[in-house]
Amino acid sequence: MAEASTHTIDALGQFRLHHGWGLIGKSVNFTQSNAWMIAAGAVTLFILVYGMRSRAVVPGRMQSLAEVSYGFIEKMCLAQIGEEGRKFFPFIFTLFFFVLMGNILGLLPFAFTYTSHIAVTAALAIMVIVFVTIVAIRENGHHFFTEYFFPPGAPKLLAPLIIPVEIISYLSRPVSLSIRLFANMVAGHVMLEVFATFILMLSAAGVLGTIGAIGPLAINVILIGFELLVAFLQAYVFAILTCIYLHDAVHLH
Amino acid sequence: MDDDFERRLKQAQDRRAPIKGPDRSLGASAWGIGTRVGVELLSALIVAFGIGWALDRWLHTSPLFLVIGVLLGGAAGVANVWRLMAPKKGRGSG
Repeated sequence: MAEASTHTIDALGQFRLHHGWGLIGKSVNFTQSNAWMIAAGAVTLFILVYGMRSRAVVPGRMQSLAEVSYGFIEKMCLAQIGEEGRKFFPFIFTLFFFVLMGNILGLLPFAFTYTSHIAVTAALAIMVIVFVTIVAIRENGHHFFTEYFFPPGAPKLLAPLIIPVEIISYLSRPVSLSIRLFANMVAGHVMLEVFATFILMLSAAGVLGTIGAIGPLAINVILIGFELLVAFLQAYVFAILTCIYLHDAVHLH
Repeated sequence: MDDDFERRLKQAQDRRAPIKGPDRSLGASAWGIGTRVGVELLSALIVAFGIGWALDRWLHTSPLFLVIGVLLGGAAGVANVWRLMAPKKGRGSG
């Protein structure tokens, strides 16, 4: 460990924000996080616009990608929300691809994962819950409050217990939504960073260490594959939970 | 060729129609279930703790609402988990 003093494990440094775009960036607080958000939007648009450019009957690779992503979200909306799900397709699609691109682009070397900041995931989750509440009130009016937080048929005596529990349960949705995504991303990137630092530390310790460094390198290769899975899965979970909340909002359970 | 088209057309039309109850199993690995339950319990507790703390601060009744809040938060967390894990049939408990 004596040689390793130059390479200390700095697992959280990767989440620090830096200003981009020189003086202009500094004055408007434009960070690399924002830059990657723009990149995510650009990549999504590129896949859709460039992919659908040929409009072939037999789709090519890019067109297949665009069609599959459209079909995937459409199916999710219809299966989870029901026929009303069609209305919410644009919202779910945008949400899914914003999160997915944040997760996947963040796995590129030197990239920044904006979904690893709770500010970002919490903003997304609050947006979702406000939207869901507005939909619920628009669709059901005051029934939303009476039926959602106190299901009909429950004994009146239990009202002082059920109503607070239901309200807390409802308010905990954005919290769990944001913590789940943020924690998964942070945990994955911290693990990658820690094992990458092990490689540096070991290889600084002579020939034997260099041979030993193959271990953490192999682990990191496996971890990258695992993180790709998590990147997709977390975007999927975020989108499908939004669908489930919208289902509850439209149908009141 | 025609039959094939008809079949796919029907499939596409069927896809428009059905309204099934939502499938709430988000891919069920043991690790996935574990973290999901943990996050649900924790988030309900965080919210209840926050509400209780804020009420206490506002009404100067520390620690009354904090205690009530934590108890209710635990209950809400269990309710969350139940809603996620409950068998699909006969949903509608809360």
